Amino acid sequence: MTNNEVPKSGFAEAGADLELVGISKRFPGFTAIEELDLTIPAGSFFALLGPSGCGKTTTLRLIAGLEEPTAGRILIGGKDVTATKAYQRPVNTVFQSYALFPHMTILQNVAFGLKRRGIQNADALAHEALQLVELDHVAGRKPTQLSGGQQQRVALARAVVNRPALLLLDEPLGALDLKLRRQMQVELKDIQSEVGLTFLHVTHDQEEAMTMADTVAVMNKGRIEQMGAPQDLYELPHTAFVAKFLGQSNLFTGDVISSSSTSIVIDAAGSKIEVPTARAQRTSGRVTVGVRPEKVTLHDSEPKPQSGRTVVGPGRITDVSFSGVSTQYEVTIPHLGAISVFAQNTSISTLHHDGDTVWLSWAVDHAFGLADEAEAEPISRFHADLDTSMIAVQTRKDLEAELEEA
Amino acid sequence: MAFTAFAGGASAPAVEPAARRRSPIALFLLLPGIFYLVLFFVTPLISLVITSLQEPDPLIFGQYVNAFNWQNYVSVMEQYWSHALRSAGYAALATLFALLIGFPLAYFIGITLRPYPLVQSLALVLVIAPFFISFLLRTLAWKQIFSVEGPVAGILSSLGALPPGATITGTTFSVIFGLTYNFIPFMVLPIYATLVSLDLRLLEASNDLYGSPATTFRTVTLPLSAAGVMSGTLLTFIPAAGDYINASREFLGATDTAMIGNVIEANFLVLQNFPAAAALSLILMAFILVLVAAYVKRSGTEDLL
Ligand SMILES: Nc1ncnc2c1ncn2[C@@H]1O[C@H](COP(=O)(O)OP(=O)(O)OP(=O)(O)O)[C@@H](O)[C@H]1O
Ligand SMILES: [Mg+2]
Repeated sequence: MTNNEVPKSGFAEAGADLELVGISKRFPGFTAIEELDLTIPAGSFFALLGPSGCGKTTTLRLIAGLEEPTAGRILIGGKDVTATKAYQRPVNTVFQSYALFPHMTILQNVAFGLKRRGIQNADALAHEALQLVELDHVAGRKPTQLSGGQQQRVALARAVVNRPALLLLDEPLGALDLKLRRQMQVELKDIQSEVGLTFLHVTHDQEEAMTMADTVAVMNKGRIEQMGAPQDLYELPHTAFVAKFLGQSNLFTGDVISSSSTSIVIDAAGSKIEVPTARAQRTSGRVTVGVRPEKVTLHDSEPKPQSGRTVVGPGRITDVSFSGVSTQYEVTIPHLGAISVFAQNTSISTLHHDGDTVWLSWAVDHAFGLADEAEAEPISRFHADLDTSMIAVQTRKDLEAELEEA
Repeated sequence: MAFTAFAGGASAPAVEPAARRRSPIALFLLLPGIFYLVLFFVTPLISLVITSLQEPDPLIFGQYVNAFNWQNYVSVMEQYWSHALRSAGYAALATLFALLIGFPLAYFIGITLRPYPLVQSLALVLVIAPFFISFLLRTLAWKQIFSVEGPVAGILSSLGALPPGATITGTTFSVIFGLTYNFIPFMVLPIYATLVSLDLRLLEASNDLYGSPATTFRTVTLPLSAAGVMSGTLLTFIPAAGDYINASREFLGATDTAMIGNVIEANFLVLQNFPAAAALSLILMAFILVLVAAYVKRSGTEDLL
């Protein structure tokens, strides 16, 4: 493959690794990406998570060659492609906006990339790809004659059919219902592992990112906040943003009052909270620590102090929402604030009620210490648009507050 | 009425006849349009057909009486087929040149200038600016520019490119030039209209799918602007084929560049052979209609007409 030619080498034998070195992208008056360094090993499934407008699509566009970086280099399979044009890169994209060609049939859309590379049985391969997304029966239609979810699947097929060394997926399953989405996730994962292609998957759906990806990166305001295996990211978030963006977290801020080689203790509004030193990013001064809601246990009476467990309380249950498998409690502790607790509904007797006085405890090993401080009021009226579920929760709270006032 | 759509449930909803029935109000609203068409299109057309079949009055010279003298059509075709052919040729060439100049211009304004809306509207105004001056005056101005004393002829003769005694005006070149020049805006505007709404993300998608700029143009940009190219070529070809200004001797033409429009004009106004002129007009009309229909059918854009 010479530099000014369309890659004709047929299908990728394996994925290529991707390396971004010091990438920045400035639009007039706006910095979308700042000093981004990222390495994705060949054959991995990499998920990029982040709130709306944090620069995910821009990152993909830079990699695809549809946008030029202001600074930095992009290497695909060890080759510097910063200066090459989009059509010369061994990369395909599933666009967030689908971008299906309206004047072509579905089949022609899917076969487009194959035909450009002069692949022989393009139509047969396109039919195969359409079968994969269960749309072969609409092969003869035009894109406008499909539903949004169907169009999205065509966009997926159009990119996947090329079996590129690096596939960029910009929220490729966003418009699908849960069942179809799960099914497509499995298909995608199969394609990826079968040929060992490299997938860079952008999504809003943390569950999707967690279940599919080998590595998850959380992006915020044009930077990668934290990167790692999904479990590590969930169990040990490094920043308040990651702690709140990836699932829910209860965060407490206070000064470190004692520290040893094994753990530190902070004083959060009178409650003493212990965190293993190994799980704390900072060990002195003012520190924010946190614990996941499902790690917290409810007690009807004050539990006996026990080494290796942090106890806070008493507090009052202010909200109970039952969701079948589990129940989410909101416990308000004076000075400390509201704490979420997820309790598995293992037996009926464990059900607590609104207004009950309770104590909370959790294993010290489950707590984590953050590198930065959570804002004083994590959920304000002017909420940052983190994700839709956060907004939904906030809206519901606002509504309830209004109803109470009335 | 809107609620019935939801309230239907399992029971089959009653057919809603009101919306489907042809309302007399629609007919009433169409009246001005129908009246206009009858007055300004059907009436002259009928009168033209009647005139084209007239024969000379045996008693009064220069007068014609109604008849069914279809030989008029045969005789004008015999007499003027070369003019008809020339018209088609000139118009086709002018359309081609207008397309070759107009498409890049429309592309530049509609796509390249898209990030600069102010410059874009300014460029668009420049395209239609010639319309602020009369068509006749502009064509006369070109006659001046191309005249023997004019700058173009001067430069060409001093370079030896123009043989002594030769002129620029009154040639095939100047007529086609005039036609092209006069109809370029009719080519640019419809193409611009399709290109300005072209979704650039489609071009990016093509680029992403290994489509080089040339391939992307051929497979995405061009098909998606086909409707504009189509109306542009029609809007250029149809009036150009019937044009009688550019090819006339008073403007950029000469006797041997006369087009069908000039012949019709001469027959109506100079020779006063009304049946011949009417027959030619109808032939021209039929010819263009057939050509356009074939073109539209071939391009598969039936919904354009
Ligand atoms: N051409 C542009 N000019 C100026 N700013 C831009 C341009 N394209 C994107 N931006 C800005 O860059 C930021 C990142 O945009 P991007 O499309 O990458 O977001 P995203 O993370 O994909 O968001 P979403 O999840 O909503 O798709 C946004 O604030 C956006 O307004
Ligand atoms: Mg995006």
